Amino acid sequence: MNLLPCLAVGLKEIWAHKFRSLLTMLGIILGVSSLVAMTALVKGMENGMKENLIAMGGLDKVLLEDQQIPPYQQQYADDAVGRTINDVYALRASAPLIRLVSPEMALRGATVSYGDNSVTPSELDGVWSAALDMNLHVLQYGRFFTPLDEQRANSVCVIGTGIRDELFGSPEDLGREIVPLGRIVLINGQPFTIVGMFEHYESERERKAREWAKAHPQPKTNHGVARSRGWGRHGGWAFWRKNYTVYIPLNTMWIRFRSAAGTNNIPDPHLTDIDLKVRDLDQLETSLQQARNVLMITHHGIEDFMFQTQENNVENINAAIHNARMSGGIIAAIGLIVGGIGIMNIMLASITERVREIGIRKAIGATYADVFIQILIESVVIAVIGGLAGLGTSYGMVQALSILSPNENTPQITMPAMLIAFAFSAGVGVLAGLIPAFKAAKLDPIQALRYE
Amino acid sequence: MPLVELRGVSKIYHLGGEEIRALDDVNLDIDAGEFISIIGPSGSGKSTLMHILGCLDTPTRGTICLDGTLIHNATPRQLAAIRNRKIGFVFQFFNLLPKLNVLQNVELPMVYSGLSSRERRERALRALRMVDMENRSKHRPMQLSGGQQQRAAIARALVNDPKIIFADEPTGNLDSHTGEVILELFRKLSHEGRTIALVTHDPEIAAVTPRRIEIRDGRISKVIDPKLAGLDRQLETPASV
Ligand SMILES: Nc1ncnc2c1ncn2[C@@H]1O[C@H](COP(=O)(O)OP(=O)(O)OP(=O)(O)O)[C@@H](O)[C@H]1O
Ligand SMILES: [Mg+2]
Repeated sequence: MNLLPCLAVGLKEIWAHKFRSLLTMLGIILGVSSLVAMTALVKGMENGMKENLIAMGGLDKVLLEDQQIPPYQQQYADDAVGRTINDVYALRASAPLIRLVSPEMALRGATVSYGDNSVTPSELDGVWSAALDMNLHVLQYGRFFTPLDEQRANSVCVIGTGIRDELFGSPEDLGREIVPLGRIVLINGQPFTIVGMFEHYESERERKAREWAKAHPQPKTNHGVARSRGWGRHGGWAFWRKNYTVYIPLNTMWIRFRSAAGTNNIPDPHLTDIDLKVRDLDQLETSLQQARNVLMITHHGIEDFMFQTQENNVENINAAIHNARMSGGIIAAIGLIVGGIGIMNIMLASITERVREIGIRKAIGATYADVFIQILIESVVIAVIGGLAGLGTSYGMVQALSILSPNENTPQITMPAMLIAFAFSAGVGVLAGLIPAFKAAKLDPIQALRYE
Repeated sequence: MPLVELRGVSKIYHLGGEEIRALDDVNLDIDAGEFISIIGPSGSGKSTLMHILGCLDTPTRGTICLDGTLIHNATPRQLAAIRNRKIGFVFQFFNLLPKLNVLQNVELPMVYSGLSSRERRERALRALRMVDMENRSKHRPMQLSGGQQQRAAIARALVNDPKIIFADEPTGNLDSHTGEVILELFRKLSHEGRTIALVTHDPEIAAVTPRRIEIRDGRISKVIDPKLAGLDRQLETPASV
């Protein structure tokens, strides 16, 4: 017997008992939809975490950090030079596997003010234009620093939107975009011209919260703090930090703020940060080894530096994702197994009901295999229809979830999840059908025909 | 060589230590083209004999040869194929599948012999024409009278053009008039050259067939055979129906 008539018989059987079949499928539907919806939620979570990682500069960003001089080199401690601009030049010249080197000189606790407003930026850094690529900044208005700015140590700055909000008012409060290019602000009392402004960085959750607030305007309350700003509510510490950045040219930083400061009036030549980006993430180890070799020369063989990669972060994220997947997967698998037991139960009931039919089929020439396949196919058809319905339901569930909690990361249904869930449901159908199919196939036709 | 050849066939059931000989050392030949009835009281073993002849059951002892195949040592798969191609069954309770319509019921044996759907349809319609049920092909069994259901069942038995048709009390569930119509149909088929074995406990029905075999307690007790002319005068007055 070929499969097509079997399939037709199976479908007819299911149609003949619509309600019963639907109840039977329910387990599979729930199992599949919870599996898919769960993976979608985890995927949404993963997206949120990755987003944060990218806000901090991306996967390929490597921090060059100071390190305690190792014990066996203690005697050279006085010769340790620390991280200076020499390192940057040396890396740029001699470490081809390092794509980008970005020096940063920070001024801590600086105050930026305009008129009566003032703000303490999350970072006030003197940088080269490499910082743009390094920290994945996007300049929305104006320009970044030119070589001339660097050369002349111009008093110019580029700000994030958070700084703009604090000093000039935010577009949400004023209802229009404010671009303070050309305004002169005071950084620790020194005048700087704003020449550029970054775009507004926000996590997906923040964006959704903002859009939601826009769609559901709240009546203005006049007590308490005007508005929770920053990273208090909707995650995104990395985003907050990025929005509250002020950059000035590295040379400007050196000349305006560093040269005159430092212990005993000796200017401190150390850079606050040297960030690297490797050319090829797959060759991370080799690239860092190359950088190490170069730096060992500039540091006179004293290993007072170390690299910090994003690997730990990535590992943490992956572990969290893995755990979430596992627990969700187990729950969904239990759902599917329960669904399978339901199918087996109903198939057993169904063949008891159809003993006579099976007897007739055997009497007119159905073989063991014919009957076996017929029952198995019926079971698989129930499971597969349930699986398909489950995929549909999961879509609905995900939609409902994103409507119910609009500020969370959007769950994202993935193709592999759907395929796996569907394959699982079909597999459950096969397993659930085996015993009933076996029972039906070995029915004795005479007993079956006598059966009332 | 006869179409069916039974030698020393016994079927023994064991029920709680007690031995029940449903068939006891039965020898029987059926030639191609014969119309034969098996008659006997209830519990005499008619159905058991029928099931063994029809390859639905296997004997405890003895040999059976059907159309040159030794079926007492055939595999279940071979038996299914023999049931499918060489044997047509007609039951007392019609045994049509209630969820299929008449045409689909008649097509069913060909589904298992793997014919194309076009051929299945053609042959099923031809078989239905033979039993004059063509105009009911789209009806469900439940929408038919008993006689119509039995005609559909006969069409199903005919459709694979079997070597022999076995009918177990085919009129047992019908009123006498309808029963006669069905018997008439069997007679017609017999005239067309088909081999038919019919089980009944009604001597009037058995009288329709030239050869009659009577069984009692699992043994053949009497054979009425026109070939053994003179042994039994009943032959001279073939029962009219
Ligand atoms: N599975 C079985 N187990 C035990 N005994 C059985 C079984 N099947 C049949 N028998 C016995 O075999 C004997 C013959 O049964 P069978 O069904 O062949 O009778 P029958 O001649 O067809 O009767 P009826 O005219 O009532 O249909 C009976 O005594 C019956 O009890
Ligand atoms: Mg009987």
